[in-house]
Amino acid sequence: MSASKVGEGDNQIVQGATPKQTGYPAAGLGDPAAGLGDPLGVIPPGSPGMALQDLKGIVGEERARRGCSEDAVDGVEPDLVVEPQSIEEASEVLMLAHRAGMAVIPRGAGTKLHWGNPPSRVDLTVGTSGLNQVLEHAAGDLVVRVQAGTPIEQLQTELAEAGQRLALDPPEPGATVGGIIAANASGPLRHRFGTARDQLIGITCMLPNGKVAKSGGKVVKNVAGYDLGKLFTGSLGTLGLLVEAIFRLHPVPAARRTVVIRGIGDPATLGDAVQRFLHSSLVPAALEFSWEAEGMLVAMFEGIAPGVEAQAKTAVDLLGPYGDVQVFDEQEQRRWWEEWAGRHSGRPLPETPLPEGGEGETVVLKVGVVPTELPHVLRRVVSLRDRSPGVVPRLTGHAGCGITFVELTGDEQRLVEAIGEIRHFARGRGGSAVVRRAPHQIKQAVEVWGPVGDALPLMRRVKEQFDPDGIMSPGRFVGGI
Amino acid sequence: MENRDRLIQKMKTAVGPDGLVLEREQLRTYECDGLTSYRVIPSLVILPESAEEVRNAVRVCHEEGVPFVARGSGTGLSGGALPVEQGVLIVLARMRRILEVDIPNQRVVVEPGVINLWVTQEVAPEGYYYAPDPSSQLVCSIGGNVAENSGGAHCLKYGFTTNHVTALEVVLPDGEMVHLGGKAPDSPGYDLVGAFVGSEGTLGIATKITLRIVRKPEVVRTLLAAFPSTDEAGGAVSGIIGAGIVPAAIEMMDPLSIEAAEAAVHAGYPMDAGAILIAELDGPEAEVEHQFEEVEKICHENHSTEIRIAKDDDERILMWKGRKAAFAAMGRISPDYYVQDGVIPRTALPEVLREIARLAEDGGLRVANVFHAGDGNLHPLVLYDAEIEGEAERAEEVAGEILQICLDHGGSITGEHGVGFDKKKYMDKMFTAEDLDTMQRLRCAFDPSNLCNPGKVFPTPRLCGEVPGPYRMHPVERAGLAERL
Repeated sequence: MSASKVGEGDNQIVQGATPKQTGYPAAGLGDPAAGLGDPLGVIPPGSPGMALQDLKGIVGEERARRGCSEDAVDGVEPDLVVEPQSIEEASEVLMLAHRAGMAVIPRGAGTKLHWGNPPSRVDLTVGTSGLNQVLEHAAGDLVVRVQAGTPIEQLQTELAEAGQRLALDPPEPGATVGGIIAANASGPLRHRFGTARDQLIGITCMLPNGKVAKSGGKVVKNVAGYDLGKLFTGSLGTLGLLVEAIFRLHPVPAARRTVVIRGIGDPATLGDAVQRFLHSSLVPAALEFSWEAEGMLVAMFEGIAPGVEAQAKTAVDLLGPYGDVQVFDEQEQRRWWEEWAGRHSGRPLPETPLPEGGEGETVVLKVGVVPTELPHVLRRVVSLRDRSPGVVPRLTGHAGCGITFVELTGDEQRLVEAIGEIRHFARGRGGSAVVRRAPHQIKQAVEVWGPVGDALPLMRRVKEQFDPDGIMSPGRFVGGI
Repeated sequence: MENRDRLIQKMKTAVGPDGLVLEREQLRTYECDGLTSYRVIPSLVILPESAEEVRNAVRVCHEEGVPFVARGSGTGLSGGALPVEQGVLIVLARMRRILEVDIPNQRVVVEPGVINLWVTQEVAPEGYYYAPDPSSQLVCSIGGNVAENSGGAHCLKYGFTTNHVTALEVVLPDGEMVHLGGKAPDSPGYDLVGAFVGSEGTLGIATKITLRIVRKPEVVRTLLAAFPSTDEAGGAVSGIIGAGIVPAAIEMMDPLSIEAAEAAVHAGYPMDAGAILIAELDGPEAEVEHQFEEVEKICHENHSTEIRIAKDDDERILMWKGRKAAFAAMGRISPDYYVQDGVIPRTALPEVLREIARLAEDGGLRVANVFHAGDGNLHPLVLYDAEIEGEAERAEEVAGEILQICLDHGGSITGEHGVGFDKKKYMDKMFTAEDLDTMQRLRCAFDPSNLCNPGKVFPTPRLCGEVPGPYRMHPVERAGLAERL
């Protein structure tokens, strides 16, 4: 790769982002360069028809259109949808929306639009599908710079040619890099590699007024300036639009082995097995569990062939006392992880078969607790079946990290109660329970995120600083941010 | 003076009479941190013993509009804990309790003044350690590590402080206390732990820190390889990374730093080497043994002249001793030296080293080089003699030009020492005005009055909006650190 200056590209971007005179009526109401100074409510939202013409003027006829039901964000349809093809176009789009006071929702592949609260309003969806270039893969430095709209599969395919990968494996098919960061999506590999925040070393983001800023850089070790990448990770589009990301990379492992323990009779035994694993010298890349009638623990080892064989053997010896242990062969291993991904793909509800005995609505919660609380969460959720007639739970999760996905099927009112109970329980044990997926009527009855604690006022101040007009993904985040 | 008296009275109530340092001679102890070239005597120093006292003290500062700076052990190398004139220095060194050790969940909760190495010592009997290991780990505090996002030789594989902090209790600059993150994963809301770690004391004071501890690896294998020059050593590093191996650490030293380290700690380094590498692998035995052989092979292929393998922990510690002592050891070969900290993409190493050598030659100065070679973090040490007129200035110039070289190669002006006071003048060479302004929006959310460690990190502070009421000169303006534009 050719070494280019860190600031170079972005300087050009900032220069290129000078607003065009679009003739849009709202533009006359304030100096666009004044940016965030626009006071709330002074500029009325323009008519969608006018705005559509102006958007087309920026991105071309084909890439701006009226919204339809398929664009709905948790039931709320945007008036307009635009797909800019460059940072400059995206910047002009945001400037225009900002001047008009339009509420903007960034969208990658749209695989996680059902996360969070339904937005309080959506005037414009800004899709990033046109920003899908892998800009720079510095293989020797194990670093990649990529546009936010790039699907992670596409990125992984390119990286694999150099024997490298981004150690992030969220299961939502088609998900883009920007969407993964914004939603903080992750998968089983987080056990060893952490989440997006741990792989991200630089971002370029766009503020709601269209201005472009970056933080971090192209080197893994770097403490110059604030780490806005972490701030944007998991911010669900409420602070700005992500346009570029720089990640650190890892080598693709030469071999992997999966060990499964089935027939774990009670939650306490599962908890013991997890503890045994965590405090051993084994270094699994992933440690998953599932619980229906009984428990199952799955450990995946990555590395070189002799290394993973040795670890798998140790795992079998270590875990024998907890259940029926088996080392998957290649084919079983592939099938199991494919099934895992399918099950967690976040597909619309009708495509996912209901659990045996289940009928009614289905919700999914993500419960985060410390690993020692895992068996208590399991016992509590499993017992819902007895205490709350008609509610059928299924559980899976990242056992080593303390993450449980609780899927509940049943009558709406009982689900609402069950969510409240699980949340109360998790909070009482120092954790949280976030509604990952639920029908609209249940989201109206239950707050999606749950309490945030005493940092909420500070989070609101952060939001006000980045988005003083409150136009980025309004209402989707914690505390109605 | 009247203001100072009132401040002292209020502080006595806030932290008790034993928690104040008032005498000028005693205050002088705190006039600088590990970067001694900048010195400012603070108005007073306070030594709180609890989070409650920190909160009380910060409230007083907020009420009185007095700027304050937090300080841990004062080992920072960028002037991050440099006091502000007429300001308060809040020293956390008395808050040294390890509050909780939770081995089953791999967490330790500490107060900010706890020394980095104590955490490892506390959990070592259980087979655990705390991974970030800055060279100063014997004396530096966890609170300081949080402020600086400290790294260390082993962060190549295990990450930095930011990857090992899961929760913080923070006193905000207005005296409010907030709890960020949690012991449990994925707390809902913005990742303000991530935003706070590495903010160099500008967003508040951490009073309780929850750390992730790491299981000790099954085996650790360390080798020291000598090479004819840094080119071959650099080639070996590329070869190792290119083979898909992620070592726990790879460190490189050049002849000048070898000479200094040897004079100081007698680690038995080969004195005729043009460069040495210290490479360490850790993990499950089968994997490490296999990869260690590969590392040896790659060193041979890159013309290593000698390879030593640590036979036991003592030998391993000795290999590291020279490396960890390298900065301080420069005193053995030069009366003064300037420690630089820059980062480059690792692959640019040979070219950058040649440019640094050229710079040194042109400036008539010697530059010793110590690197975290795996992640491209350079520590050039510019040697000079302050007694010789103009040499100190020349050294600073050379050190500054080295940063420009790092930036020209797509790197960073600091990998682990921070921006602090020392490097804020280089920030606009790395970031645009828009970048810096955007970062400071975060600061305005935490510290709208700009009282918390003002005059650090950013070359030009962003004033966060007018405070209603009659115009009062901001203390930061008074100190000449900012202008109202």
